[in-house]
Amino acid sequence: MDILLLQILNGLDKGSAYALIALGLTLIFGTLGVVNFAHGALFMIGAFCAVTLQRILNLSFITLDETQKDFLGQPLKVKTPYLEAWFGPETGGAIIDWSVPLAVLFAIPIMLAVGVIMERGLIKHFYSRPHADQILVTFGLAIVLQEIIKHYYGANPIQTPPPDAFKGSVDLGVMMGFDVNAIVYPLWRMIYFAFSTVIIAAVFAFLRFTTFGMVVRAGMADRETVGLLGIDIDRRFTIMFGLAAAVAGLAGVMYGPLNPPNYHMGMDFLVLSFVVVVVGGMGSLPGAVLAGFLLGILESFASTAWATTTIPGINQIVIYLVAIIILLTRPRGLMGRKGVMEE
Amino acid sequence: MSKSNVTRRGVLKTGSLAGAGLAIPTIFTASSVAAFTNEPTGGTVTLGFNVPQTGPYADEGGDELRAQKLAVEHLNGEGDGGMLNTFSSKALQGNGILGKKVGFVTGDTQTKSDAARASAKSMIEKDKVVMVNGGSSSGVAIAVQGLCQEAGIIFMAGLTHSNDTTGKDKKANGFRHFFNGYMSGAALAPVLKNAYGADRRAYHLTADYTWGWTQQESIQAATEAVGWETVNNVLTPLASTDFSAYIAPVLNSGADVLVLNHYGGNMINSLTNAVQFGLRDKMVNGKQFEIVVPLYSELMAAGAGENVQGVIGSMNWNWQLPDEGTKAFVKSFGEKYGRPPSNSAHTCYVQTLLYADAVTRAGSFNPCAVGEALEGFEFDGMGNGPTLYRADDHQCFKDVLVMKGKENPTNEYDTLEIVEVTPRAQVEYAPDHPMFAGGSLGECNAG
Repeated sequence: MDILLLQILNGLDKGSAYALIALGLTLIFGTLGVVNFAHGALFMIGAFCAVTLQRILNLSFITLDETQKDFLGQPLKVKTPYLEAWFGPETGGAIIDWSVPLAVLFAIPIMLAVGVIMERGLIKHFYSRPHADQILVTFGLAIVLQEIIKHYYGANPIQTPPPDAFKGSVDLGVMMGFDVNAIVYPLWRMIYFAFSTVIIAAVFAFLRFTTFGMVVRAGMADRETVGLLGIDIDRRFTIMFGLAAAVAGLAGVMYGPLNPPNYHMGMDFLVLSFVVVVVGGMGSLPGAVLAGFLLGILESFASTAWATTTIPGINQIVIYLVAIIILLTRPRGLMGRKGVMEE
Repeated sequence: MSKSNVTRRGVLKTGSLAGAGLAIPTIFTASSVAAFTNEPTGGTVTLGFNVPQTGPYADEGGDELRAQKLAVEHLNGEGDGGMLNTFSSKALQGNGILGKKVGFVTGDTQTKSDAARASAKSMIEKDKVVMVNGGSSSGVAIAVQGLCQEAGIIFMAGLTHSNDTTGKDKKANGFRHFFNGYMSGAALAPVLKNAYGADRRAYHLTADYTWGWTQQESIQAATEAVGWETVNNVLTPLASTDFSAYIAPVLNSGADVLVLNHYGGNMINSLTNAVQFGLRDKMVNGKQFEIVVPLYSELMAAGAGENVQGVIGSMNWNWQLPDEGTKAFVKSFGEKYGRPPSNSAHTCYVQTLLYADAVTRAGSFNPCAVGEALEGFEFDGMGNGPTLYRADDHQCFKDVLVMKGKENPTNEYDTLEIVEVTPRAQVEYAPDHPMFAGGSLGECNAG
């Protein structure tokens, strides 16, 4: 029972990342009709927003410590962050410690700008082109973006730790009446799940309860008619692209403390996120979220020692296996609508 | 009426055979025009440095390349000479190799076996390299070693830690200076017993490929020999990025030690996940829970950040060693590049010098003569103490370092500290040891 709960928690956590990325993918596909293979790169850029802010907050001046030597036997160069010098070690250190939560605010305008520039500068020229062209150009863009990040940040992962207050784990099992250490779960993973839930709810609320969202939904259903009503739907769709980029970016910022960001992390998520979108149903936002969590939980269970011993390699194929079964039984995916991607 | 024996079918047959003959890569037919593959004829000799320049190990490959370039400089008499000043063999004089100026070309392994073979093949066929050196993965090393054997080229392996490289997949043309999984186990087990006691239960997470398998087998055998019990061994896909699903069940498995048979990004992520789950803060079986990372590298330690503090592992070499060879290399490398070298940089640098020295002592670039000069070669002054290149399997035997993540690092390079220098005698094994069985060196191939 405790293993079951533990893997459900893990699955929800993993599914959070899938759901956030798939949500953005679906938003872009549903509004603009573009299959965006650069969406994983947006997740990665978001994570590197946190790395960048961490470096900015850690900008330091150097003093020479004659009492210590470096690897060449020279006096050791000691770095002191300007923030600690200006505000004192405690306040300055606390600001640096909170670099990831602060990076959420830092990343929003950057990701919105990246999304809008990407859409206006490149992707809009491919609206009327076949999906294969869109896939090629966005996949190429993803490679260019990740190589740029690698050039400036290197190939090695870079730690973006959570604030000290959110490090470590909680013994949830004891709270539920299980033995000590039966269900121990990291605090930041629970925060990640809660954060994802809030973002997903906010996106749905935005589309559901605002006039802007209503117009966008109308445009998703019938773009031509909305245009005939004199509404500049293209401008709204551009903003939706920026919003989708911001969602992916925020998912990346918050993911950094779970697994240190590296230039390839977007690609690691991209294929799985596309499977999530297809399983959920192309163009269906609730489908993307549902499939994200569902496949995350399945992947988690398939990675247990019991599963891998019973069926070796199941952890590597389970998502694709389930995708095949779902698409065979429900060709439009879990919540796909008739007519989407069928013409 | 005259009758000809020439038929349409005969012409096609002959043409096909001739075409196929012409199409055979020159590396497999070189012996007909030269004494051996890529025999240098001009005033220069070209070495091939095949390292990951793209992909997840690009930083490690970059460090290897820096060291290889430094070795070429030293061989050509430029710079301060580095380890040439401390190397026990005095055959090299800083005038190239056998009087020929040393040049080099580079290839990108991408840490993929097929890409590594393709780049090595290109270096051998197009650039006429006499030796291939480098790499950051056992899968790549074994693949390139096989290619060099077929082509008649010496392969001086870079970072490869799988027992198989000089075990079941050993080749006469391949030589490994780096240590292996067995040696890590032999060095680590007594230190682990002293640090954590003999009554321990270990849970292994293992990267699902040749290196992971052989390291896990070695560590399990060595720790069980000192009294530890192995609770479980779970294979994790090499492409895994999040290990939470594998780590979550560890705490209630009854284990009190987690052994991470992971390297590079896998290790950084699995260690980060393990620390997140609070494993190191827990008491299990009345003991403090511990994590072990059997194979360390400086870049991995830097990537893992504070998670590495207090975690024990092993290394082939480290820049903090106090011997004269290490000091000379660290000075050369540090002054040129502004950072201390990694242990993968060290092994590539040493391998390049060892190859050049063997050619010089043999008086020939012929790979079989070079191989003979390396086999059974005893040397010192290269940072690892007295070292033997064993003839039976082309594995170097030398001291092994047991390391620990530093608790209070003073700068970005101060991530690990040396716990023990395990003497060579403790990590030696018989050539027919079961963990290395199943292959043979075969015959040297000169092309």
